[in-house]
This record gives sequence, C-alpha cells and structure tokens, in this order.
Amino acid sequence: MTTAAANPVEAFLRTERMPHIWCPGCGIGTTVNCFTRALIDSKVDLKNLALVSGIGCTGRVAGYVKLDSFHTTHGRAIPFATGLKLANPKLDVVVYSGDGDLFAIGGNHLIHAARRNIDLKVICVNNLIYAMTGGQTAPTTPAHVITATAPYGSFDPAFNLPFLVEAAGAVYVARWTTFHVRQLARSIGEMFQKKGFCFIEVLSPCPTLYQRRNRMGDGLDTMKFYKEHSKTKNGCPTCEVALSKQGEIIVGKFVDRERPDYRDLMREQLAAELGERFVEQAELVCQ
Amino acid sequence: MHADPAGVLTGIHFLDGDHACCEGALAAGARFAAGYPITPSTEVVERFAMRVPTVGGIFIQMEDELAASIAIQGAVWGGAKAFTVTSGPGFSLMMEHIGYAAMTETPCVFVNVQRGGPSTGLPTLPAQADMMQARWGSHGDYEIIALCPNSPQECFDLTLEAFNLAERYRVPVMVMMDECVGHMTEKVVIPPAEQLEVTPRRHTRCAMDDYLPYAPNGDLVPEMAHAGEGYRFHVTGLTHDERGYPNMNVQSQDKLVRRLQNKIQQNAERIVRFEEKDLEDAQVIVVSYGITSRVAQRAVELARAQGLAVGSFRLITAWPFPEARLRELALKTKAFVVPELNLGQMVREVERAAAGHARTLAVTHAGGGVHRPEDILAAIVEAAR
Amino acid sequence: MAKGTVAIVVERCKACGFCVEFCPTKVLALSSAFNSKGYHPPYMVAPEKCSGCDLCGMYCPDFAIHGWKLPAEAKAEAKETADAR
Repeated sequence: MTTAAANPVEAFLRTERMPHIWCPGCGIGTTVNCFTRALIDSKVDLKNLALVSGIGCTGRVAGYVKLDSFHTTHGRAIPFATGLKLANPKLDVVVYSGDGDLFAIGGNHLIHAARRNIDLKVICVNNLIYAMTGGQTAPTTPAHVITATAPYGSFDPAFNLPFLVEAAGAVYVARWTTFHVRQLARSIGEMFQKKGFCFIEVLSPCPTLYQRRNRMGDGLDTMKFYKEHSKTKNGCPTCEVALSKQGEIIVGKFVDRERPDYRDLMREQLAAELGERFVEQAELVCQ
Repeated sequence: MHADPAGVLTGIHFLDGDHACCEGALAAGARFAAGYPITPSTEVVERFAMRVPTVGGIFIQMEDELAASIAIQGAVWGGAKAFTVTSGPGFSLMMEHIGYAAMTETPCVFVNVQRGGPSTGLPTLPAQADMMQARWGSHGDYEIIALCPNSPQECFDLTLEAFNLAERYRVPVMVMMDECVGHMTEKVVIPPAEQLEVTPRRHTRCAMDDYLPYAPNGDLVPEMAHAGEGYRFHVTGLTHDERGYPNMNVQSQDKLVRRLQNKIQQNAERIVRFEEKDLEDAQVIVVSYGITSRVAQRAVELARAQGLAVGSFRLITAWPFPEARLRELALKTKAFVVPELNLGQMVREVERAAAGHARTLAVTHAGGGVHRPEDILAAIVEAAR
Repeated sequence: MAKGTVAIVVERCKACGFCVEFCPTKVLALSSAFNSKGYHPPYMVAPEKCSGCDLCGMYCPDFAIHGWKLPAEAKAEAKETADAR
C-alpha cells in the first residue's frame, strides 16, 4: 500500500478537539480548508499569524485552528484585532467571524476599522442568520425568510455587505460561496499580499436553521443552489450585488484598490509634526 | 525591575489628577492606550496622545468604550502594557470587557474618574457612586483590584501601582478617581526612573510544546505568552481548561472560577493597602477614601480638638476590601463613621466586616460636590455619644 | 488508470454529500456501511477515475476526506488493488 499523504488541513487543526461542533452540511469547515490552503500556497509565516474571532458558529474557528488565536466577545473581534495589530505590526491579523457578529453588534467597529484602513484580513462567513443561538434574523437575512424571531417571514431590509464595506473604506472586497473553494482560497491568498482593511464575504449554508425553516433542503441542496445561481462578475459595482431569498448571487472580486493604511497615516502625520522627536517602536513589547 | 526612563517625567510638577494619572501610566511602561472622550476623564488620554509619540507608543481614540476596553486587551496580548480611561457611562459600557479581562486573565488598567450619576448625571461634578459597580459590575463570579487616589500625587503613585498589581496577578485593575481629585492641581513629585519599581510581565519561559496557558503555577497566577512568539495558544472567554480550550461542564467551571477567586482572595493580605491614623485609643473611626478622605481629615482634626477620641482609616485599595483589619478594629472601637459621595456603598462592606461589634454610621451625599467637614463632624459626635 | 486516490476518516464523516456531488470524475458514492454516529461515509465506487485533485478535501466541512496524486510507481499498485476488488 502506498503511504497516504497527510491532509494539508491537519497541520492547522487542534486535532485533539475534533470532531468540531458544526452541523452536517454547514459550510464553515469548508472555508477553513480554503483558509489553510491559502496559507500554504502564499507561504504566510505562521508564527506571525494571529486569528481573532467573535461569538457565533463561525467564531468557533478560533478554537479549532492551531495558531495564536483569540475567541473574544460578541461583535468585538475587530477592535481587539486593532489593538493586537497596533501593538505588534509584524503580525498578520485575521478576523474570522460571522455576519451577525461583524455587522449587527460589531457593525460600528467594522465601519471604523475600514474607515481607518487598519491592516486586517476579515473573513466573514455569511449564513444569513444567527445560527449558534437558534436561527434568529440577522442584518443579512433576505426579506420573506422565516427565522426564529420572524416566524411570519422577515420584513427587515438586509445589508449588502460588499457595498457597505466598500463605502466604509475597505481596500479589498470579494464575495464567494462555499461552492467556490478554489476562488475563495485564491482570494484569501490575495488578501495576505495586500496592506489595509481587506474583506471577503463567504456565503455558507446553515442547513439546520436557515435552510430547514425555509424548506430549502439541506447543505448539499444549498451548494447546488450556489452553483446554479452564482454568477462571477469581477469588478462589478458593489451597489449591484445585493442578495435576495432565491435570486442571483453575484460573486467575484469587486474592489482591489490602494490606500495608505492606518499605520502609514499615523507615521506620516507624527513624523511631519514631530520630526526627530517622533519615536516609533517596531513593536510595543513590555519587559 | 526599574521603570524605563523614557516614560518617566522626573521632577517636581504642578499637575491635576488626570495629568498625573497619565504620567503614572507612562512611568509604569504603558505604551498603548485606547479611549473615548468622556468628562471628566478625557484629559488623561489627551495628555497621553501628546506624550506617547515621543516615548514610542500609540494612542488610538476608538469609536466607543466597548471598542476601547477590548482594544487595550488586544494590545496586551500583542505585548504591550495598556490602559483605558473613562467615567460612569463609559464604565458601564466597559463592563463586559472587564469580565473578559478577568476571565482571560489579561493584565490591564481601567481608570474611572467618577462623576455624578446615574445615567448622564453630572458630567462635570464629583461622586463616588461606582464603587460597588467596580467590584460587581460585570456578570458572573470574578475578582478585581480597585485603588482610590486622594490627591494628584496619589493619582501618579497609584496608577503606577495599578499596572504592577495587574501584571503580578493577571487581573484587571481599576483606578477609582473622582472628578475632584482628577481636576485639582497640586504638587506632584516624580522620582528618577531608578527609584520606581515596575513589575514585569509574567512571561513564560516554558518550551513551546510544554506550555499550558492557564496552568495555575504555585501561586494560582498562570504564565503568559504573546502572539507572534510561536506558542500558538488559544484564549477564550468560554469556561476553559489549563490548555485554554473551551471545557464547559460543572467540574471545569468550579475549578476555573474558584481559582480566579482564590488568586485574589488568598493574596488579599499582600494586596490591600490602607492608611491608619490615631487608632490606638479611638472610640470612633472615620473610614473614608478618595476626595472624601481629604474632607474627613479636617473633620477628624476638629473632633480631636474637641477632645473626642477619633481615628481615621483610609482605604487605598477599596477592593479587595481590608475586611480582616476592619474586623480587628471593630472589636476595639465603638463606632465607624463612613462618609462617601454616594448613598451608601463601601459602608456596607464596613458594616459587614464589623459584624455587629461596632456601630456603623453612613454619612451619605448624593454627589455633585464634596461633604462639608461639619457634616462629618456631626456624625462623629453622634457616634461618640 | 488511477492518477490519484483518497483517504477517508470514517468517524469524522457526517454524510453531507459534498464530496460525492463535486468530485469532477464521480469517484465517490455514499456507502451502505455506517460509522458510530450512524452516518454513511463515502467510498471509492470508481477508484480508477480518481485524479488526486483533492477537490473532495477542499469541500469536506468535517476534514474527513482528502485526495492526493499518486507517484508513478504506486499507480501500478493501485491498479492491482482496484482489479482485485
């Protein structure tokens, strides 16, 4: 028998904590494969990689990856990551969290980090719902979808995440689904080559709550739906990529632009004003 | 370890409490602060914003106190000593993250320059009504340390001490100032750096494969690592085991939460600080803290001039509360008089410690100003009857 | 002639069906066997068609399967094993 090659994802997992808690057909694990593939292919220095998550199903990623990882409070992964990155700019800081965590309770922090162009790589797994707590309406839930807190169908207008994040100032904005594994891995790799606030939305099934309550089948049915209904439109204006309950899903890389990141702005201003008196430390490590 | 001279503004200064607090943080080695403007605390971070770029640090004004209170913790895990500053409404917003710091054992400092409350209250006027909140404000069972400066000099000294205690016990430490102490200007002496003791971060020297982020060690305080050093550790606010992994059952909850409690309570005698005066024959003891202790000092002078056997006990640490010492004193004295700028908070602790062995009289004040010495004197006279 | 093969961690599988559906050469099918949780894990129903592309591994949310390309000399071995089945 030939010796089996190891699954490349294993080296990144806290294998003693397997199996994970995600449901059959949930796409979060798929995104983790793409993430690890991107790390391998782009040869990111794992020692200097830190992963910060919030609360929710996607937030549990932090506990499963064998990296310096921080499972913080609901909605506050981004400000935690901001402090982490400013204290040690050598770190590559990834924020890996869900749509509710990043855009409802965390919405304010997201727009300000994008505004400042803090050098963070944000992976937002969007299952259009609050999954961990039992399937309540999220700011991304499309209209007419039945949720635990909208038992007669949601009538809240939903956010268009790429539009919002671009408007707030992000320098890299892309959307894929868990069907688009190769494209997602490539996009994540591209984020690591870029400096500034980078954002990738990944649509994922939540078969137990979102799909089941709306009689949309299981995880596989949803993956097939993504395959049938996605259209790749790189460079598409983000105002045109809003989602609906059963409509077209526009995926692709929408924004890839240059802006000085927060650190550059800070350095430029303080150096100009203070000249030689400005002291910048490579990292703020105390004794 | 001595202070880093780069952050020590050695000399004799005329500073208000807010400004002295900032200098205390810098002297302690704080090189990261995140804050949000709120009267009467903002000057602390305004000064830090001005000072720290020439010392080699960063100040970031965050979008709210929720962000500020967690950004400092990210900075701590990135290697820095960090703090934030606020007042009542912001303190309330920070509560979840104070609990997160306690649960994850993140050493950091929260300064609360107290003002009138509740709610928006009296933004520019003093109170001491957040004292119980400092101890119990977040959900769950946890411990914190809280210090109460009563002068700009103490704002410097105790802010530096707050950082030392935070590092020593890996716990969030509150500096409970008030608007009066924060905005009064007095002489502040800042010694040379080599005369200032600074506690280093409790960093692990373990090999990467052997390191357990939450192993209790001999003194219940685990050793820390920073992101980017190769330890690949996990930190979570979920109930966790010694590996830092979520472990959510009755046994692990009991083990973790009791260790967090014991970490402070079993070290309480080493942590508590107080100042006693004229206690040898005292029939009445005035227990006070912060700005009220300055007024109480005058009241005690007046009482002693009238021939009353009065002593004073000043809380420097409000939490942990020096209950052992007060229990001792309760057996020797007739009554405690407890003036505070609130409707009765620390007085409950005094009463609890006294356990009925001495009478306890509260001298309450709803806030917005300070007591008159006569108000406290009247209570002393009443207590002495 | 199989260019690749897969390994399956049977106990991790939750039979979501992603690998079966998205294998480009339809190598996999859910078996009638089941693991200790009652799920039917996949098996190679057409192993000779495996290219070792590892799309199954990329899709699997449970880290329960992955594929790899076989080195040339092992392909003969794999053919023998497949023939014997």
